[in-house]
This record gives sequence, C-alpha cells and structure tokens, in this order.
Amino acid sequence: MPNVAHALSARTPKAPSIPTSRGRWPWVVLLVLLLAALTGVLKGYQLFQGTMVLCYAIALLGLNMLTGYNGQISLGHGAFFALGAYAAAIAMEHGGLPYWLAVPAAGVACLVVGYLFGRPALKLEGLYLALATFALAVAMPQLLKYKHLEAWTGGVGGIVLMKPDAPFGLPLSQDQWLFLYALAVTVVMFVIGHNLLSSGSGRAMRAIRDHAMAAEAMGVDNPHYKSMTFGISAAFTGVGGALSAIAVQFVSPDSFTLFLSISLLVGVVVGGLGTLWGAVFGALFIMFVPSFAESISKAAPWAVYGVVLIAIMFAMPGGVVGLLRSTAARWQRRRAAP
Amino acid sequence: MNEFLHQLLAGLATGGIYASVALALVMIYQATHHINFAQGEMAMFSTFIAWSLIQAGFPYWGAFAITVVLSFVLAAVIEFAVIRPMHNAPVLSVVVVFIGLLVIFHSLAGFLFGYTIKPFPSPFPADAWYGGSLMSAHEVGAIVVALGMVSLLFVFLRFTPLGLAMRAAAQNAASSRLVGINVGRMLMLGWGLAGAIGAVAGMMVAPVVFLDPNMMTGVLLYAFAGALIGGIDNPIGAVLGGFIVGVLENLLGTYVVGTELKLSVALVLIIVVLIVKPSGLLGKTIVTRV
Repeated sequence: MPNVAHALSARTPKAPSIPTSRGRWPWVVLLVLLLAALTGVLKGYQLFQGTMVLCYAIALLGLNMLTGYNGQISLGHGAFFALGAYAAAIAMEHGGLPYWLAVPAAGVACLVVGYLFGRPALKLEGLYLALATFALAVAMPQLLKYKHLEAWTGGVGGIVLMKPDAPFGLPLSQDQWLFLYALAVTVVMFVIGHNLLSSGSGRAMRAIRDHAMAAEAMGVDNPHYKSMTFGISAAFTGVGGALSAIAVQFVSPDSFTLFLSISLLVGVVVGGLGTLWGAVFGALFIMFVPSFAESISKAAPWAVYGVVLIAIMFAMPGGVVGLLRSTAARWQRRRAAP
Repeated sequence: MNEFLHQLLAGLATGGIYASVALALVMIYQATHHINFAQGEMAMFSTFIAWSLIQAGFPYWGAFAITVVLSFVLAAVIEFAVIRPMHNAPVLSVVVVFIGLLVIFHSLAGFLFGYTIKPFPSPFPADAWYGGSLMSAHEVGAIVVALGMVSLLFVFLRFTPLGLAMRAAAQNAASSRLVGINVGRMLMLGWGLAGAIGAVAGMMVAPVVFLDPNMMTGVLLYAFAGALIGGIDNPIGAVLGGFIVGVLENLLGTYVVGTELKLSVALVLIIVVLIVKPSGLLGKTIVTRV
C-alpha cells in the first residue's frame, strides 16, 4: 500500500504554492517600527509628504479593493476622497468633533454614500461603470461649489482646518504627531483590509471578479457583495481623504478635480491590481513621479507623466508588484533548476 | 414663451457641438469597442493646430482642411502605435492608456500653445442671412455642420464598400480577415475619421467658449451623455443624443436646478440612461447567451 501511495504522489504534480503572508508579518512590523523611528529624523516638509503617501496608500487600498479584487472599474474615486475630506472638515468645523473621531466618522459617511452609489451601479459593467464614475468625478467639484450647500461646505473658499497637537504633552511637533497618527491609521486599515480580503468575503469578491455568473451559480450573493464592496472601498478612500484634509489643513472644491481620480486609478494600476502592497507602491508613484516629471521637463510635466504611464502599461501590465512577483518567480525557478 | 423658445434653440446650438463630439466617440466605439477618453483633448489639440495655422496667415478654410487631414493622420498613427499593441490587454490597462493619452495631449497643448485664452474665428459671418435674433449665424452653422457630418458618415458607412468593410471589421474581426479585409487598416481608418470629426467639432466649439487647454473637459462629459442616450453603437443616435443633452442641459439649467449644477445634470442623465436603457434610444440591445 505505501508503494502505491508513493507512486501516486510522484505522478500528481505538486500544486503551486499560494504565497501566504504568514511568514512576512515580522518584516511588516519591522517596517512599521522603522517608519515610526523616521519621525525623529525627517524634517517637517518630508513628514508632510510621508503623511500624504500614507493617505494615498489607504485611498488606493480602497480603490484596489473595488477594481483589483472585485473587478468594478471606478474612474471616480476622487469624489469619495473629496467626500471623506469634506465630511471630516465639516465634522471638525461645524460638529466640533476632535480629529480622531472625525476620521472614522468620515469613513462611515463614505461607506453609506458608496453603498448608495454602488446599488444602482450593479447594472453597469466594465466600460459603462467607468463612464458613470467618470461623470461623478467631473461633476463633484461643481457639486461642492453649489451655493445652497455653502453654509456647510464653505463654497469656493472651502474650509480651513487646524493641525492637532500631540496629546498627553508628548515632545513631538505637529507634523511628527500627524505622521505617527497617519501611520497608525494606515496599519489599522491595512490589517482590516488584509483580513477582509483573505476571508470568505474576499474570496467571494474575487470570484465575482473572475466570473460573476459562476460565482452566482456557486451561491455568492452578487448584488450584496458588489454594493458592499463599493461601500467599503468608498469608506477606505474616505478615510484617506479625511487624513489628507487634516494634513493639508484645508479643503476646497478645486483640490478634488478629475485629475485626482485619474491619479488614483493610475496609482492602483501602476502599483499592481489585486495586491495589498500595490497600494503602497502606487502611493509612492503618485506622490513623487509628478515632481520627477517636472524635473525632466519644466514646461510639460504632465506629458512626461503620460508617457511614463503608457510605458509602464506596455512594460509591466501587472504593475510594480506584478513585476516583483515575476522576477521572484524567475529567480526561484533558476534556483530550483538542476 | 419667447424665453422658452430662446433657451430651446440655445440648447439645440450647444447640442450640435455635443453631437459632433459624440459622433467621434461613437466612431471609435464602433471601430474598436473602446471608449476614447482622450477624444476631447485630441479635438482641442487639433483646434490649436488650426489656430496656429490661422496665426501663420493661412485663410480659414485652408487651415480647416489642413487641420482635418492632419488630425486624421495623427489619430490613425496613435491607433497603430499605442492602441494596437494593447488589443489583447485587459480593459483596465486600455483605460489607463487612454488616460495617458488624455494627459499627454492636454499638457502638450499647454506647453506648445500656452494656457492663455485665445479667440478663435468663426467661418460663419455674424451678419449672414441665416442668422437671426433667436440664434446666431455661428450656432446655425454649427448645427448644419453636425448634421452634414452625420449624413456623410451614414452614407459612407451604409452605401460604400469601404464603409461596409469597416463595419464588418468592427463586428467580427476574425471573419473579416478570412474574407480578405485588412482589419488593422480598418481600425486606423476608424480612428482617423474620429480624429477628423473631433477636429471639426473643436473648431465649431472654439468660437463659442474660446480656445484654451481646458476647453473640452466639460464638453466631453456632455458628449458621453449624448452618445449613451442615443446609443453608443449608432452614429445617428449619437447626434440625436447630443441634441437631446444640449436641450435638456439648457432647459434644466434654466428652469430647474440653476446653472451651477449643469454638470451634475449630465451625471444624473448618464446614470439614469445607463440604468433604464443602457443601449440608448437607437442602439442595439445586445443579448448574450450564457
């Protein structure tokens, strides 16, 4: 009997090992501690840039959840970023909420709005959803400037916010405390996102992306999962927007134009669709490549940005994470080959 | 009543412009089943080319003709160089490439021609016989041009062998290749036509809203709405949809929501159409077997 079993196992090919993140936890903790230690070293403006990268990373995680893991293309997530920013600003300015309550409140508000948008969007597929969300992104600045909402949104002038001081009298500057706070929020959101995506719900989301009809046949409640994913994705992006509002200390309608939505989509695709780390790489891309493009050509930086974009689509369709994974796989194969 | 009529006709005038851009969008959709998000910026870039030709001393119609030809060539080259290699890529990568094109054209226009607002001449003289108190000569001219373009296109696609080949290539590339149609060349032709139509649309818009790199962003949204309402695979539907959107935008903007929320009107229109009748008024409803 053992001979047969051995023969059987020799003939069936070994299933490719799905990369688990269980072995990577120590490295992630080390990275977070390293970033926390950086607050002592970096200067004010660099800390601000770091905080913005973290905000974008959370927002991109949200968009990645919707587009990478669930297959619904959204060209309008800038609108949810704006909603989160404005929700936090209004909560802090008119509602008197402290910043650490305003950020979750903004997340909840965006969850509701995202779900309400996602429900009718169930009927839209692919390009049509892209079109509808494109319209949302273009219409959002005008909506924010609407004069009947001016009492709340501050109209064209927007709302000015104050950066919070470090609590309990800690010897940290405002920038340092905000960076640490953003880091903490980022870690929390990524842990939530990771747990959600590796759970049964995450598998349902991916099943819908890969083949919606088959998923429904297997018992996945498509309408529920699709609209909930929209809501959760909007919530994540809203939290990112709320944090960015506090970092920039200012919200105005013209900070959230179509180009923001475009940047978010670009970040997700360049970082790597359907991956968690893609959000981080994408955030680094949208934060630093525009200034890099400007250093190449002062007159037409966006043209360089567009060329870089197209080149990346040609060279690494799987994004940065896709490139890293394929390089790692090639290296592994080379090691394993006799 | 006179006010209502005035708003209705003004809506038709802007609708003519949306109809032209919607026509270009439908052209590309019919040829390649992609929605060209960069259409507005390409049209704006072509209009800038026309402007610089006029500045260099060319007469209007000479500059018009040269611009149309140049836009045709430019769009065909873009299809060959940028879009064709991506024809097997997932939808999202193609969308990102379109966005890249949008950004490149927008920035190049600003870099080459500057961001200041420039006036653009209209070929229809202000005191022409067809102008009147309710509609200016240019508005009438823009509508006539839009209708003329769609008729020419309809005749071309319906009654010429080349048009038939184009429709065949769009509908079933594999079978068309078997019959001997050069599908690649048909795609380039489709894009080239869209580029030319976009250039004409841009030159009709520019006298009204003045020429600057941001000219087409709002127009593009209305053109999308128009193309969707009329049916994204039907040129006549696109033009009809463009006029409907123009009229609705103007009437709703004047009587219902106020002019500040006009873009939101387009947003709501798009969503309602996509939910209620995604194939549009004149489009074909596609039924797929599972």
